[in-house]
Amino acid sequence: MSAYNAFVTREAIEGSGEGPLAGKTVAVKDNISTAGVRTTCGSAMLEDYVPPYDATVVQRLKQAGATIPGKTNMDEFGMGTTTETSAFGPTENPAAEGHVPGGSSGGSAAAVAAGEADLALGTDTGGSIRCPAAFCGVVGIKPTYGLVSRYGLIAYANSLEQIGPIATSVEAAAELLDVIAGQDDHDATTRDFDEHVGTGLAEAADGDVDGLDIGVPTELLDGADEAVVETFWDAIADLEAQGASYHEVSMESLEHAVEAYYVIAMSEASSNLARFDGVRYGPTPEYEGNWNEEFAKVREEGFGEEVKRRILLGTYALSAGYHDKYYKQAQDARAWIKQDFDEALGEADVLASPTMPVPPMKRGESLDDPLTMYLADANTTPVNLANLPAISVPAGETDDGLPVGLQIVGPAFGEREIIRAGSALA
Amino acid sequence: MSESAVDPEEVRHVADLARVDLDEEEVERFTDQFGEILAAFEALEEVPEVESEADLVNVMRPDETHDCLSQEEALQNAPESEEGYFKGPKVS
Repeated sequence: MSAYNAFVTREAIEGSGEGPLAGKTVAVKDNISTAGVRTTCGSAMLEDYVPPYDATVVQRLKQAGATIPGKTNMDEFGMGTTTETSAFGPTENPAAEGHVPGGSSGGSAAAVAAGEADLALGTDTGGSIRCPAAFCGVVGIKPTYGLVSRYGLIAYANSLEQIGPIATSVEAAAELLDVIAGQDDHDATTRDFDEHVGTGLAEAADGDVDGLDIGVPTELLDGADEAVVETFWDAIADLEAQGASYHEVSMESLEHAVEAYYVIAMSEASSNLARFDGVRYGPTPEYEGNWNEEFAKVREEGFGEEVKRRILLGTYALSAGYHDKYYKQAQDARAWIKQDFDEALGEADVLASPTMPVPPMKRGESLDDPLTMYLADANTTPVNLANLPAISVPAGETDDGLPVGLQIVGPAFGEREIIRAGSALA
Repeated sequence: MSESAVDPEEVRHVADLARVDLDEEEVERFTDQFGEILAAFEALEEVPEVESEADLVNVMRPDETHDCLSQEEALQNAPESEEGYFKGPKVS
């Protein structure tokens, strides 16, 4: 086993051919289907689930010559910010021992930070690539919605999530994104990569930020930890020294992003996770009740507490009498946030903020207080609601030696802009 | 935080709708937590109505047959199957 519990399953899947990833290892988050290798989503519900097919991104990794060294640990079904809700135990942060690695792709970020894999794939529904990248001191990219196929990704919240790369440098992350991005007949939301972004993404990692105009949304600094804010401004000063400039911008809508995100994500989850009924996959039911009784028992046993919490809250938000109050309002907030981003990105090349408003939490300290854990996603969730691309790059460390990430947000399909800007720092 | 607008009966009702059994301790914890979380969601009432026209297009493809999973592959993860079918509990 890995010293950091970064992997749920250690089983090598060899790629073929001499592609751009030949000789490289790419760890894959355990909610991405791998034919013949079990895929658990960090859940007891899927402890023995072995997918009969590969996700499109896995096929592309294999064709590019990569070796997949195993499947990485994660918060159960992607629901968490600390990689502590996994049924296979928590992952430790290699860059800040005693602290959480962030989540939900904590195993992927920890594997890369610890050198147990060259690269990794994570998934980002509300920050699940960027948060662990920030906490583990590595680079993570959440691509524009529709850039990467979700075929074979076990769904949590379809309208928000994207698969993306984690690496030790921006250039390496860009190379991996180049391999996995692109249209896929199996996912009708995917768009043409060449037409919208253009291959050869790694070339954009040239570190040239001369003349770059950075907007800094003040709402994403309000309430952030002092040590994080200090490290953030140091990184902005570094970019300024390389020829970039910044201006502050106000985006009032962002104050409602976390609430809107959780209402939408939980609502989608309550529907998506209805498939786990113990009939097509899941624990063997040995009960004597009728369909509904057995269904409810399998789900009591198979799901952990955070997953139950989100399914129930999503069911509540969609139930008669509450739909308009929660779900419809959240969709309005989503449209408002998109509008605010369009405006702000009309007057700046990219936007920057701390990736997480807090440094990595101590292990075990956030599990009893779900609301506080949700609020830690304040800076990452707006990006998913607006379908935009964002990168997290290491910005430095707090005085206590804890990693801080800088988040750079670009316009839709502006992967080149965020890769260029990020590469000036990592 | 506002006094919880959620009572244990409501948590049990939603759990029943979602087909997830809960033990008594979970009901108790969820009652408090849901009160707090739903109170935070109330902030969405301040959100203005936004005119938005989503930039959406239909994605069509020719209606052609493709290879797909075999029956055996589709059944391979099922705890129980019979004569090529998934086997579930009785409906009522």
